[in-house]
Amino acid sequence: MTGTSVSSRPPAPGPAADEGLARRLRALACTAPLHDLDTRKANLAGEYSTYEMAELALAAIDHVTLQMDFDTGADHEQIVARLLPRVAAQAPARDSAEHERVARWVLENLLNVGSVDRGFRAVYGTFGPDGVYVRRDYDFKLIEEVPGPGGSVYLRTTDEAVNVLVGALDTDVTSAQIAAEVKLEVLISRGRLADAQLAAEQARYRTVQYAETLRRTLEATRRDVRAVDWLSAVPDMISEALDHVADRYRHENAILTNIRKARDEAASERGPDHKRRAAELVDIVKDCIRRHTQLQSRLLEAGPLFRAEQDRQAFAPPAARAGTDLYGQLLAPVLELEVERASRVTDAFFAGGAGLRTPGAVRMGDLVDLLLTPPAPREHLGAEMPEPDLVATPDDSRFSEAQMESASELLELPADAPRRLSGLLADARRRDPELPYLVALLAVHAASPPVGTAYRQGEERLLFAVDDGTQLDDPEFGGADLIVGTALLDAAGMAADRTEAA
Amino acid sequence: MTDYEQEAGTAEPAASPASPASPASQTASATPAASASSAVPSSAPSPKAAQHVTPADAADAARLVSLGLHPKLIPARDVEYTELLRRYRDEPAFARLADAVATGLGLVVLEVSTRAGMALAADEDSVFAVRMGDYARRATADSADRFLHGLAHLAVAAMAFPRPEDLADDGYIGRITVNGVDSFVRQACRRLDERAEAEGENTDPATEAPGLEAGWRVYARRSSTGATKDARRLAGSTTGIIAKAVGFLADSGFLQRTGDDAGGTYRTTARYQLQVRDMAGSAAMAELLELGVVPVSDGTASLLPPQDAEGLELAPDAGLPFHS
Repeated sequence: MTGTSVSSRPPAPGPAADEGLARRLRALACTAPLHDLDTRKANLAGEYSTYEMAELALAAIDHVTLQMDFDTGADHEQIVARLLPRVAAQAPARDSAEHERVARWVLENLLNVGSVDRGFRAVYGTFGPDGVYVRRDYDFKLIEEVPGPGGSVYLRTTDEAVNVLVGALDTDVTSAQIAAEVKLEVLISRGRLADAQLAAEQARYRTVQYAETLRRTLEATRRDVRAVDWLSAVPDMISEALDHVADRYRHENAILTNIRKARDEAASERGPDHKRRAAELVDIVKDCIRRHTQLQSRLLEAGPLFRAEQDRQAFAPPAARAGTDLYGQLLAPVLELEVERASRVTDAFFAGGAGLRTPGAVRMGDLVDLLLTPPAPREHLGAEMPEPDLVATPDDSRFSEAQMESASELLELPADAPRRLSGLLADARRRDPELPYLVALLAVHAASPPVGTAYRQGEERLLFAVDDGTQLDDPEFGGADLIVGTALLDAAGMAADRTEAA
Repeated sequence: MTDYEQEAGTAEPAASPASPASPASQTASATPAASASSAVPSSAPSPKAAQHVTPADAADAARLVSLGLHPKLIPARDVEYTELLRRYRDEPAFARLADAVATGLGLVVLEVSTRAGMALAADEDSVFAVRMGDYARRATADSADRFLHGLAHLAVAAMAFPRPEDLADDGYIGRITVNGVDSFVRQACRRLDERAEAEGENTDPATEAPGLEAGWRVYARRSSTGATKDARRLAGSTTGIIAKAVGFLADSGFLQRTGDDAGGTYRTTARYQLQVRDMAGSAAMAELLELGVVPVSDGTASLLPPQDAEGLELAPDAGLPFHS
C-alpha cells in the first residue's frame, strides 16, 4: 500500500539540484530588465520602436564599466553624452532632443529610478530541504549610484551587471584574463584587428573587475585587522596579485609593441579603417597598463597599512571599565535578525537615543494674532533697484548670418577640385552683391590656415589658399588670384599621434 | 518660563523671615532688589531649604529643568545655568526638588554636571518623547523603512563609539561622517552576505513573507544614494536616511556639525554619550535579550575604527581608497 503511494508521486527534486537551478534563474533574471526595455518602449508616448533599447542598455553598462576606477565611478551626464551617438545612429531622422530623451530613459530604467530601492526584483521558486516549494524574491541592481567627492553622485556597475555583460558567471577572474590575453596575441599576429579589439575590451572588463574585488578586500582590512587573515591568506593574495600584475604588464607591453607595428604598417596595406582600429587598440591596451600600474601601487601600500593599523588597533591599552559594545552586541546581531524582529530592537534604540522634543503649545488667541499679522517688510533686501535704462545696441555686423551660410556653402569644395578665387567671386556676385567681400575675406584668411587648431581638435577638413603668382582680374578686387581648396586631414592618425605624445 | 521668574522675584523677600536665625538667609534677604531685578536666582546656599521648600526653590528647580530641555545650551556660557547647576550639586534638597520636577514632567535625569548641563531623556509616554511616526512619515506604512530609520540611529552610535571603552570614557569624542556610516554598515552587510554564501545558504526571502527577510539584506538592496531632479539628497536612499538621523541628532544637541566633507562630518557631545550609554543601549539590549538573542562580549571591541575616525579620509601613509 505504501509502496504504491510512493511510486505514484514523482520524487521531489533535491536541494542540491535546485541550487544550480536557482543560480541560473538569478543569472537569467539579470537580463530581464534589458528585455523589458524593448517590451516597454511601446508604452512610451511617441514612436520609439525604431530604437533598440536593449542594445542601448548594454552600451550604457559598457560605458559605466569602462569609466569605473578605483576611486570613482562614471558621471551621469557623461554616460548620456556617450550614449547619444549610438541613439542618433539608430534614428538619424529624429531630432537631438528626442535622442537625449531616449538615452536618459534607458539610463533611468537601468537604475530603476521609480522604485524606492532603485533596484530590480525577480521571483523564482525552489524546493527546500524538506521538499516544500518556496517562492523567493531575488533583488539585484545593474547600475548603482554611489556618493562621490563633494556631494556628487557617481554610477558604478554592479557585479551582476558585469557578469551579465561579460557572460561568465562562475569563472575564475585570473584564468579568464589569461585566456583573453592569449586570444588577443593570436588575433593580432594574424592581423584580425576587429576581433583583437573585442578581446582587448573584454580583457579590460576583467581588469576592472579584478581591481574591484581587491578594493573590497582592502576595505575590510582597514575596518578591522582581525577580520582578515593576515598570517597567510592576505599575504598570499597580495603576492599572487603582484605576480599577476607583473605578468600582465609584460604581456600588454609586448602587445603594445606588436600593435604599434601593425598600425604603422597597416596604413599602406589595408586602408585607413584598419589603421583607426589599431589606434583604438593601442588606447585600450594603454588603459589596461595604466590600471595595472594603479593596482600595483595599491598593492605595495597594503603591507605598511596593515602594520600601522595593527599598531593602532591591536596594541591599544585595555579599557578601564567596559561599556556596551555597540557593534558587536547590538548592530551585528540586529543585522542578522529578520526585519520584523529586528525592528523591535531598532525601535527601542530609536526611542531611547533620539533625544527629546519640546512640543509646541499654542494659544488660540496667539495663533489668530500670528495669522492676521501682516508680514514685516524685509529690510535686509536693501534699497529698491532703479529700473535699468537699456538701449538696444544696433546690429552693426558687416554681414548677416544668411550671408555667412551662403559663403560657407560656396567654399564647401570637394577635396580633389580646388578653385580659383576669381571663379568663386563671380559665383558669389551672382548670389548677392555683398557676398564677394565675405568670400574674399575668407579666402585671404585661408592663406594661413589654422593647422595647429585643426590638429588639436581632430578636424577632418581644412580650407586653404595658395598663391601661384597669377594676377586677379576682377572689377572690385585686386591682388593674387588664389587657389582655394579643401585639405582632408587624417583624423585617426592625428589621434594616435596625440595619445602617443601624451 | 517668565512666570516662574516673576514668582521667584516676589517670593524671595517674603520667604526669608521664616528663618531669622540663619545668617545666610540674612544675606539673601539683604539683596532682594538684586535677585528680583536680575534673572540670576538666589545664589546663597540656604540651610532653610533643607527644612522648607519655598515656591522660589520650586521655581529655580523648574527653571533648571527648563534649561535642561534646551539641548544646545552650553552651561559654561550661561551664568544662570552655571549657578543653578552649582546649587544642584551643593544642596541635596534642591537636587531632590529638581529631580522631582523632571520626573513629574515625564523626564529621566541622566546626569547633572557642568560639562553636560542637566542631561534629560524623555520617558516612554512623556509628551517630550519622539515617536517614529512623527520622525519619518513613511516609517509607519513601510516596515522596511521603519527598520532602516531605526538602524541608522544605531549605526551612527556604533560608528561614534566603536569600542566599549569609548562609550565608557567620559572624555571621548567620536567623529562620524554620513558616507562613512553608510559604507560601514554596507561593509558589515557584505560580510554577512559572504558568510551566508560560504555556508551555501539561500538568503532570498520567501515572496509572501517580506517581514522574514534578514535585516542586512534590506539595507544592502536599498541604494546608497541617487540623483534627484533638484540636486538634493534622495530621501529614501541609505545616505538620505542617515543624513536625516544625524541632522535630527544635531538638533537634539547630541552631535555638532564640523564640516561638509563626505556627506557631512559631525562630532559627538557629552549628552549623546550619556543618552546612548544609559538609555538607548540598555533599552535595545533588553529588547534583544527578550528576542532570545544573547550577544556575548568579553569587554573587548569587536570593531576597530579607522585611525582618524574620519570614515572617508585616507590613512596618512597609505594611499588606499577604501571608499567608492
